[in-house]
Amino acid sequence: MEAYGYREGLRDGLPIGLGYLSVSFGFAIWAVKQGIPGLTLILLSGTNLTSAGQVAGVTVMAAGGLLIELALTEFIINLRYALMSVTLTQKLSPTFSLWQRMLAAFFVTDEIFAVSSTRKGLLTFPYMMGLGCLPWIGWTLGTALGAFAGELLPAALSAALGIAIYGMFMAIIVPGALEEQGVLLAILAAVGLGLALRYVPLFRFLSEGFVIIISAVCGACVAAWLKPVQAGEGDA
Amino acid sequence: MKLYLYLLVMAGVTYLIRMLPLAFFRKKITSPFLLGVLHYMPFAVLGTMTVPAIFTSTGEPISAVAGFLVALLLGLKRRSLIEVALAATAAAYVTSLLLQAF
Repeated sequence: MEAYGYREGLRDGLPIGLGYLSVSFGFAIWAVKQGIPGLTLILLSGTNLTSAGQVAGVTVMAAGGLLIELALTEFIINLRYALMSVTLTQKLSPTFSLWQRMLAAFFVTDEIFAVSSTRKGLLTFPYMMGLGCLPWIGWTLGTALGAFAGELLPAALSAALGIAIYGMFMAIIVPGALEEQGVLLAILAAVGLGLALRYVPLFRFLSEGFVIIISAVCGACVAAWLKPVQAGEGDA
Repeated sequence: MKLYLYLLVMAGVTYLIRMLPLAFFRKKITSPFLLGVLHYMPFAVLGTMTVPAIFTSTGEPISAVAGFLVALLLGLKRRSLIEVALAATAAAYVTSLLLQAF
């Protein structure tokens, strides 16, 4: 079995970091328009390192939602990281100590998971630190640039950047739907229910955070009921 | 002040979800239904967050639809995250410039 070090991690993380830089730039421009101060956004990106969770979190914050609503929203949206973390435990080098596991866990994102879980051989602590480094810098720096330099952009360009984060989301879900019927089912069920909860007047009392939670949980359950996943498949 | 409470809750919940399983999990989940729920959840979340919000993300529907269609097309071609994000932005930008010009 081969093991990889810090330098290999840095190299693997560079494309992720560049991607995060541009997406978080768009995220910050969008979030400032929702009324969240720039410094708060930088702290948010630096401590959360997650796209979907931050978009949903800013939505709840901007609406002055409840803390429990925010916590539940983050829990549901980021639940996938639990599965990724579980998957990664199977590949950790035996030299990983408890505190090293606790530190490496901070960097579990969709892209970092995708790269590390498909690496051949065991994952070492230096490799995981190298891998997380540039994505973290890119995500936080992009947020700072978007929050404070976003105003320097022409209005039309900064408006258009509002779509960047959703473009990235589509780049994740569309290929997934192409590959697996279950994924397509989950998306259609969640989107359909989400539209109903948002536009049927009866459900107007539901805030955006709860709409996301309810429609996503129901969509995933419908898909899991119709297309269950056997152990060993679909853990990526 | 409330903003910092929000920050604390978000960072705490997000970190614990990542950390607890990585630090302490030593077994394997075997229930096909539970595996399915965990596997499908990210797609369901991203789906319901993207539609309908993407159509108001540029402040004006026509450029947003253009960006959506480009993202859909490139997603079907399995292009990378960054390519799709930038192409959708470019499509929305060019469309809004064209709208202003005519």
